[in-house]
Amino acid sequence: MTILTLTGNYAVAYAVKLARVKVVSAYPITPQTTIVEKLAEMIERGEMDAKMIRVESEHSALATVYGAASAGARAFTATASHGLLYMHEMVWWVAGARMPLVMAVVSRAIGPPWNIHVDHQDIFDQRDSGWIISMAQENQEAFDLTLQAFRISEDPRVYLPMMVGLEAFILSHTVAPVDVPDQKEVDEWLPPRRQPYVISPETNFVMGNIVPDEDYMMMRLSIQKAMEAAKEVIKEVDRSYGKKFGREYGGLVECKKCEDADYIIIIAGSWSGEAKMAIEDLREEGYRVGVARIRFIRPWPEEEISELASKVKGIIVFDRAVSFGSKGPLFLDVATTVNGRTSLRGVIAGLGGTEVRKEHIIEVTKEFINKVEEEGRVFEPEYWLLPDPYRGKPLEEVAPRWW
Amino acid sequence: MLVELRFHGRGGQGAVTAANILARAAVIEGKYAQAFPYFGAERRGAPVMAFARISDRPLEVHSQVRNPDIVVVLDPAIPQLVDVTQGIKPGGLIVLNSPGKSNIKYERVYCVNATKIAKDLGLVIGGWPVVNTAILGALIKVSTLVKVESLEKAIEEQLGEALAKTNIEAMRRAYNEVKPCER
Repeated sequence: MTILTLTGNYAVAYAVKLARVKVVSAYPITPQTTIVEKLAEMIERGEMDAKMIRVESEHSALATVYGAASAGARAFTATASHGLLYMHEMVWWVAGARMPLVMAVVSRAIGPPWNIHVDHQDIFDQRDSGWIISMAQENQEAFDLTLQAFRISEDPRVYLPMMVGLEAFILSHTVAPVDVPDQKEVDEWLPPRRQPYVISPETNFVMGNIVPDEDYMMMRLSIQKAMEAAKEVIKEVDRSYGKKFGREYGGLVECKKCEDADYIIIIAGSWSGEAKMAIEDLREEGYRVGVARIRFIRPWPEEEISELASKVKGIIVFDRAVSFGSKGPLFLDVATTVNGRTSLRGVIAGLGGTEVRKEHIIEVTKEFINKVEEEGRVFEPEYWLLPDPYRGKPLEEVAPRWW
Repeated sequence: MLVELRFHGRGGQGAVTAANILARAAVIEGKYAQAFPYFGAERRGAPVMAFARISDRPLEVHSQVRNPDIVVVLDPAIPQLVDVTQGIKPGGLIVLNSPGKSNIKYERVYCVNATKIAKDLGLVIGGWPVVNTAILGALIKVSTLVKVESLEKAIEEQLGEALAKTNIEAMRRAYNEVKPCER
């Protein structure tokens, strides 16, 4: 093992190389571009034995790796924001075909208005597509998840594609220490590729054809069952990775100080770091708060969140996306799982890269806790944490400027 | 202990690379570090910023650096355009690329003529003196953030063997030449 100093994007590229990926295809988009740039460089230098297929769009990029994967190659692509939306049809195609492959998504806001900074809207746009969807907190975890993604996706109990989410700039363009194992160690841990079927010119094989409606519905159920099975596979892979490489994250959810907590912060992505710092300060003030960091948006960690819901006085959820006309998408999943068992607040914050600092998390969490302690059961599904200079003002006051 | 730094430069001058090299040197010493650019569009020649954090504990923070302990200024003209002291903590320090004078209103400001060092050593790309490795030499002298050997190793890794030799020379010269600015 070697400690390198890598951006989140380079960390992903190193993991892809160590996974011995054979086909890469992608179309450049900020802030993803440096992942495939690095891979192109590795291939060009002869450090990586793979084919880089250049295409004219993200739709074609995913179609290309889908083709390569169907033919038996370990394949990878990466994208972000508008690129991800542009490939959305293929996103469903790959999952419906139960084709294992891995894609990194450097989560970024969607325009218009144009914005290249972080939020989770692009990832949540893929939520229902049948992909396993993970979110990293640090560059190291982006590396670890990428390596793990191949093993999870290619497990016969799963056979679903997997997205590795890492955040625009905050991870993608920030250098940090990353522990990179050597090729031998990775080869010992990551088995050769497995997949449900392989297409070849020698055999007759029909893919993606029309089926009876009844079979269609059974195939949808099979994806749901595979998602359920993936929960155990994710935990197994996390444990075995921890045993081999020394880092275990806790499966679908990483819990910090949940054991004795009266209140829980639910959050996903790099700002979980700020949440973990916030609870240290909150605990010094006597607020017993824990952080449950969602590592996997799909499959949804139903059991873990349910267990927390039955033992705490309240849960505050931080969403970096919004389902327009409803609530934050993470909140919706939490509320369904909680089913009225505890107090809830759904905070929508940090859209378009607006900065959410430790102090902000402390402020809204404390306010929520005080309210629950005074009023008993609280249900606040939608609480917008606005950025400066709008924060702290009544909406009526800032509203005329925007709608 | 956590030290936060802000680098001011112009697009193309190597502020981001300087922050990256410094972070690498800290990691070589077994510390934890981060380095990142200002999260905005950057243009060659326009004022830009980069940031770094060095800590003896794993870093969980991901927000921008607002109150740096140290400010590094790669371009002598930047202080006329930008308030480089913004948010700096009391008791910190500023390292400035300048022949020796500064009118920055802050207690500890150190000057090094990084432009001259770069030009003397032929570190010029497209007519631009590349001052980032020189300024790092001055920085580690006055801040003792990392050892010279660690910075040398980081420069070698980051820039490759061919470029490293002259850049290390620039770094060492700045290390020896840096002194408090005259007012």
